Amino acid sequence: MSDVQTNIKAKAHVYGDHIDTDRIIPGKYTKTLDMTTLANHVLEDLDPNFNKIVQQGDILVAGINFGCGSSREQAPLALKKSGVSVVIAKDFARIFFRNAINIGLPVLEIADHNIQKGAELNIDLKEGIVKDLTARVTYTATKLPDIMINILGEGGLVNYLTKYGDYSL
Amino acid sequence: MGQTISEKIISNHVGKKVYAGELVVSEVDGCMASDTTGPLTIKAFHEMGGKKVFNSDKCALIIDHAAPSPNERIANLHKMMRDFAKEQGMRLFEIGEGICHQVMVENSYVKPGDIFIGADSHTPTYGALNAFACGVGSTDLAATMMTGKIWLKVPQTIQINCSGKLQDGVTAKDLILFLVGKVTVSGATYQAIEFTGEAFEGLSLASRMTIANMSSEMGAKTGIVHPKGLELDYDFEAIAPDADANYIKTFDFDVSGLEPQVSAPESPDNVHNISNYEGTKINYAFIGTCCNGRLEDLDIAAEILKGRKIHPDVRMVIAPASQSVLLDAISNGTMSALIEAGASLITSGCGPCVGTHQGVPADGEVVISAANRNFRGRMGNPNSNIYLGAPSTVAASALEGQIVNPKKYLV
Repeated sequence: MSDVQTNIKAKAHVYGDHIDTDRIIPGKYTKTLDMTTLANHVLEDLDPNFNKIVQQGDILVAGINFGCGSSREQAPLALKKSGVSVVIAKDFARIFFRNAINIGLPVLEIADHNIQKGAELNIDLKEGIVKDLTARVTYTATKLPDIMINILGEGGLVNYLTKYGDYSL
Repeated sequence: MGQTISEKIISNHVGKKVYAGELVVSEVDGCMASDTTGPLTIKAFHEMGGKKVFNSDKCALIIDHAAPSPNERIANLHKMMRDFAKEQGMRLFEIGEGICHQVMVENSYVKPGDIFIGADSHTPTYGALNAFACGVGSTDLAATMMTGKIWLKVPQTIQINCSGKLQDGVTAKDLILFLVGKVTVSGATYQAIEFTGEAFEGLSLASRMTIANMSSEMGAKTGIVHPKGLELDYDFEAIAPDADANYIKTFDFDVSGLEPQVSAPESPDNVHNISNYEGTKINYAFIGTCCNGRLEDLDIAAEILKGRKIHPDVRMVIAPASQSVLLDAISNGTMSALIEAGASLITSGCGPCVGTHQGVPADGEVVISAANRNFRGRMGNPNSNIYLGAPSTVAASALEGQIVNPKKYLV
């Protein structure tokens, strides 16, 4: 994996189910190419404090249907720029899931996780293994399709297509 | 083995029979981006080495989400889109020409049997046309513009079968709200939906677009209305599912007794019979969007409002889905009926639905909207509440200053 860190040890910020993209980045802030503007308003309508407490490398954890709603790629971009290194959810809305992989933000689906706020996690991205060091539980994430592993491995779809010029399954 | 509509359309594109679960790389018949997703698409296109789009007749850009531009930052993003379209020789739909999904259908960018990729989550709207249409983000779209292709997992399909005819005064919006309430906002994630049965067969193209549009509110990859009863002004080959197609799930509903539906804050699947919310005071009524800004939507509102005045404590905003809809609504008298009743007309486009400008609600205000989403903060203010209903419900509620069942004005 070129651009993506494969071993991550960091703290979990935990939120609930059905976090929609309006809550990840409100529509009024999306019309920009300035990633810092996006990061300044990330999760603003869900937790106005998040932007102040998130540290580089932190892990965002959520329940089901994370990233539902709009197709705005600004949602994973805002999370990535704010410092989030990986998102774990019970499951993801499909456009968010593709967008995150495409911009090089790792996403892990763990249907039965019970990760609590503030937990220390140790993640092996290559194997999809998440160790909850606080609760002493180990989870295995759903395996990505090979094409997504390859896109993420290049750091995103821009790098993937720059290198290969076309898709290969 | 029999195939669903999605499996058939994808098979036709990849030159072999494929079924749910298979990964494919398919050529696409068209693609588009709006001013929310377009600038990032253009940036990614250049970054991945894109020089020319794969086919300039099959790619389009639409300025609809913040049109006309509300500030200099967005004005510059719009200019970036205009410059790119000119350089590529592709069509750019200007401010006021309409909402992306409406102009794609009106201008035949998408046809029955097509695979269409749009950088907007409501791209499944074209399932009304018997097409396989998926929403993606900006980088995926940049890749499609460059290669003419998309990678896809052939989706499993949920069949939603609705028997019975809708009662007078009950519309396609009520039906799809009811279905979103039953299936839930994550009930069709990664899957395709096929809408089938008597309740859909008599629906106009506009109503079918309302149905397919809200597939995305159930998390679906695409939502396709069975072509039975579909009428277009050109010849087409309809793609129907095989009798022995394999569905992951089938829902059966008799909708002949359905009453108007309302989705309450703050999730589109928080849907109940309108009687649960009658009497809820409202401040703001909005009719428009890719869900319900078409001529039949404005016509039914005008039927209710003609010769009457909206409640003095309510303001009402109308955003026709396209310039063509606006012109039709002017010719048939609908637009004057709405404006004489006290409604305010804004530029055809997404308008207040995406919370950027053209009508942001104040703290504590309640909105009744014909849009498709009522997430917290959706219309630009997290301290307001949004109820979703049919255009008929929005118009009747605007008259009375509270949520009311529109049937008494219609039947």
